[in-house]
Amino acid sequence: MSDATTYAVGGHREGFAATLREDNWWIGPVLTLVGLLAFVIYATWAAFAGNHYYTAPYLSPFYSPVVFTYTTAPGAAPLAHSWFGAWPAWWPAFLPASPALFILPFPGVFRFTCYYYRKAYYRAFSGTPPACAVGALPQKSYKGETAWMVFQNLHRYALYFALLFIAFLTYDAFISFFKDGKFGVGVGSIVLTLNVVFLTCFTCGCHAFRHLIGGKLDCFTCDAGSARRHGAWKRVSLLNARHMVWAWVSLFWVGFSDLYVRLVSLGIIKDLNTWN
Amino acid sequence: MAKTRKFRIWRGDEQAGDFQDYDVEVETGMVVLDAIHLIQAEQAHDLAVRWNCKAGKCGSCSMEINGKPRLSCMTRMNEYAPDETITVQPMRTFRVIKDLVCDVSWNYEQNKKIAPFKPGPRDADGNYRMKQDDVDRVQEFRKCIECFLCQDVCHVLRDHEQKEKFVGPRFMIRLAGLEMHPLDTADRIPKIKEEFGVGMCNITRCCTEVCPEHIGITDNGIIPLKERVVDRYYDPLRILWRKLTGKT
Amino acid sequence: MADIDELQQFEHDVLVIGAGGAGLRAATECSNRGLNTGLICKSLLGKAHTVMAEGGMAAALGNVDSRDNWKIHFRDTMRGGKFLNQWRMAELHARMAPDCVRELEEWGAVFDRTPDGLISQRNFGGHRYPRLAHVGDRTGLEMIRTLQDHGIHQGIKVYMENKALGLLLDGDKIAGVLGLWRETGRFALFKAKAVIMATGGGGRAWRVTSNSWEYSGDGLAMAYHAGAELMDLEFTQFHPTGMVWPPSVRGTLVTEGVRGDGGILLNSKHERFMFNYIPERFASETADTEEEANLWLNGDKEARRPPELLTRDVVARAILAETEAGRGSPHGGAFLDIASQKPPDVIRRKLPSMYHQFKELAELDITREPMEVGPTMHYFMGGIRVDHDSQQTRVPGLFACGECAAGLHGANRLGGNSLSDLLVFGKLAGIGACEYAASLPSAPAPDAGQVQGLMRSATDILNRETGENPYSIHSDLQDLMQAKVGIIRNQAYLEEGLDGIDQLRTRTAGVKAHGTSQYNAGWHEALDLDPLLITSEAVARAALLRKESRGAHTRAEHEGENEEWGNRNIVTSKAADGSMQVQVVERPAPSEELRAIATATLEELEGTAS
Repeated sequence: MSDATTYAVGGHREGFAATLREDNWWIGPVLTLVGLLAFVIYATWAAFAGNHYYTAPYLSPFYSPVVFTYTTAPGAAPLAHSWFGAWPAWWPAFLPASPALFILPFPGVFRFTCYYYRKAYYRAFSGTPPACAVGALPQKSYKGETAWMVFQNLHRYALYFALLFIAFLTYDAFISFFKDGKFGVGVGSIVLTLNVVFLTCFTCGCHAFRHLIGGKLDCFTCDAGSARRHGAWKRVSLLNARHMVWAWVSLFWVGFSDLYVRLVSLGIIKDLNTWN
Repeated sequence: MAKTRKFRIWRGDEQAGDFQDYDVEVETGMVVLDAIHLIQAEQAHDLAVRWNCKAGKCGSCSMEINGKPRLSCMTRMNEYAPDETITVQPMRTFRVIKDLVCDVSWNYEQNKKIAPFKPGPRDADGNYRMKQDDVDRVQEFRKCIECFLCQDVCHVLRDHEQKEKFVGPRFMIRLAGLEMHPLDTADRIPKIKEEFGVGMCNITRCCTEVCPEHIGITDNGIIPLKERVVDRYYDPLRILWRKLTGKT
Repeated sequence: MADIDELQQFEHDVLVIGAGGAGLRAATECSNRGLNTGLICKSLLGKAHTVMAEGGMAAALGNVDSRDNWKIHFRDTMRGGKFLNQWRMAELHARMAPDCVRELEEWGAVFDRTPDGLISQRNFGGHRYPRLAHVGDRTGLEMIRTLQDHGIHQGIKVYMENKALGLLLDGDKIAGVLGLWRETGRFALFKAKAVIMATGGGGRAWRVTSNSWEYSGDGLAMAYHAGAELMDLEFTQFHPTGMVWPPSVRGTLVTEGVRGDGGILLNSKHERFMFNYIPERFASETADTEEEANLWLNGDKEARRPPELLTRDVVARAILAETEAGRGSPHGGAFLDIASQKPPDVIRRKLPSMYHQFKELAELDITREPMEVGPTMHYFMGGIRVDHDSQQTRVPGLFACGECAAGLHGANRLGGNSLSDLLVFGKLAGIGACEYAASLPSAPAPDAGQVQGLMRSATDILNRETGENPYSIHSDLQDLMQAKVGIIRNQAYLEEGLDGIDQLRTRTAGVKAHGTSQYNAGWHEALDLDPLLITSEAVARAALLRKESRGAHTRAEHEGENEEWGNRNIVTSKAADGSMQVQVVERPAPSEELRAIATATLEELEGTAS
């Protein structure tokens, strides 16, 4: 801060990022900014690539489930893996023929409306505020989540889809232990299994899930049903307390899972496994 | 062992003021409030500061220390390097009365707007019955000592000055404590959405970070209230279901 | 001096001074009864001393042990108070406390629960059965917040950060209060038909105290100046367990709940010394071996209570004796150990604020290490003398309740009896004041000369050119009272104390506050000196007169209780010439019924009450 900074009554500094804090408060938002940007850039590139997302028996989580497959792309899923068969003719030409484009919007919206990520990007991207007791980005009229951001309230619908995707990814993890009908274990199987575990910890620690599973009740002990929901709520609460940790671990790991499958499919690395 | 420490304390009133420097001899185990008391007794008799219990139970001595909203009675001097100058100023969100004292009456006005606890009838033997499992959640919110540090740090009030539209984290958890109370029969959800402005909160969690009682203000209070507002006003399927069945 | 008609004026039927538990409860009662009620308090609403109460409020609900009833609570209170309590007040308290607690619950208090879902109760010193309704170790906060949140919807007009300077009279009747806005330094004239004092005690006159700056004996001094009597002031409770380290928090309270939940006291030789200090009166009800004490802790209803749960006067003297015999902890206290008695998660759940207090202020983990504790000035059993039923003083229209009133606790207060005291007598004082206000034919008019006199003596402190630093006078008073009017007293010390108070009074006459009238801490400190000195003098004079050791009052040269003194109270009042007058007053005999209950055996009382 330069000496030209203005002081208000009370001695507070005025303006964006102004503060008398002497600790490195900016590290948090900067790490968030770098981490989220890095993921978004990689995920966008990987999704638009449309190739090298499959190498038997591993399917990249960015591409699961395979709705259509463009079989001529290198490292694409075989036709048998596709729900609706070959790539459709109606697909607009200006978009790449990548099955990930059907998938990524769902987890994308789930993470975008997540109560943890909201904190992270409001701080790191929109500066409202960048850190505690640090000047917020001035706005003509701050409206919080009341105006166009009101869509954040539909987080629970994103949750419903996220739960569905957990099922798909669990199936993918399960079949990653079978190559050509033969049971085995590869590094990829472990990577994909961990991916499901981390995503489950993230998804089941979701604030909306915590509310729906039991948090909405005022009385936990009034009947047998609510007592069971109380038990579930307590377990969800444990995950919820670490929601930030699971958010980052699962984000990193899902990206890493795609990268792993991609590198194996490209032949850049070799998958260590029991089949060879 | 007494050691000389440097302080920069904001002195002034509503109109104007500035930081003034003080040197204080502090001893082992002292907190920032002890040092302020020494300055008051020895160098600046009229230095205005609020305090009562000096044990983190009453929430009177809120101020900003090196830019962070803190209780000065719970901020130990040994948190700072021996040669560090400690800067002390009043809370920002409220009008300064003098020196470190702010006018926090706005908070008391907000509390009056909240519909009071309204229990159902007692059991036949004259008692109310609630299980510990049911009151745990509510008890967390009732730990609040009304230091108003959360109100001070909340950017909706602090930077955007939206005091007409948002009652602030303190009263969000008061509302949560009433709404989740197993005996309460009043409905405050419409006001939580409109008048009290739960939507103004963008859950950046600074209130939780500064809470000296370590209350999960955001995760356990405000977000569950947001979800209850969603149940009532934003969930299309739920609204449709209510329309079809006539149930509330 | 300005004409008093130009002062800011407020009119109320009843004006309550003090917004702790008693003041809020009294104001709620008056407001509920339709009276125009005002409440003035020195601090912000919700910050009063009640907020620091930790352990709980005693009421014979019988939720945890069904053998409990009001008669046993009454008997415990009388025995704890060494039979110097006002019998009728102890009866009213024990009878009314359970309903007052239930009422508080109805207003929103969320107590800890029993497995059946009832209000849970914990053990405390001097209480035969688990009797304290509590919320972890922050019961006072729960109480004040409940009363505050309930009260703001009752139409009570609250004047925050307004210091009462003096009571105003119309002839001999109460006519109002002169207040001072701390923020602006302007005066405010409150006209009222009745005034309820709920101002707490005066522990701030001592160096080592659990009390905050507010406890400067304002109510005692104001009532004294207005002509009311003070009683039992020699009984000042030193809580046995205050923090002793680090120096800046010396005196900060460590709740008795630590012992109630199983904490034990040890000396430097690791001996559980309380077994050596069991008084005869309690011998039959106290465990004499560690085995039995452990059985009790594990819930054996037949076992007797551990000696750590003896009354506060006994435990405080025992800790003092151990430290003086050279068996103290490194910083001059005793070790209070709960870490060896309970698992960490239980400690953190039942004693969360103790856990944080030690963690953050002393850098000590109480789930792993013992605490160091020692006696700290905590509570005034004595105070303003009131009628047992109406809580009215001898000044018509002046009422008192809570710590500033005398009578309920006698020579020693049991832990947990103060919070229930606030509710019961706050309510009764409210009723008393309402009835008095309704009976007045016309509103009394304050005396203008008196108002001007009060304003002049307050502003003189600011206006004089030079003078002494108020902080030094206060600090010297604290050292004086700590040294001369401490736990163990004797004639020479008390006389030296009185001389010292005289000298401090002379110095106070020339005290000077620098700066303007706006939120001037030095000025406020200077204004507290008169009440502090009045209170200190009243305590020292009463202590000098009582030539016995009873409860919290210990005279080195007069060991043990003296039967004659057991029938006497010491009453202090302002004589016509302005000097302090101390009298011995014989106590009226109790009703036969109450005497029988107080002296009955437990077996006779269990399950008898209706």
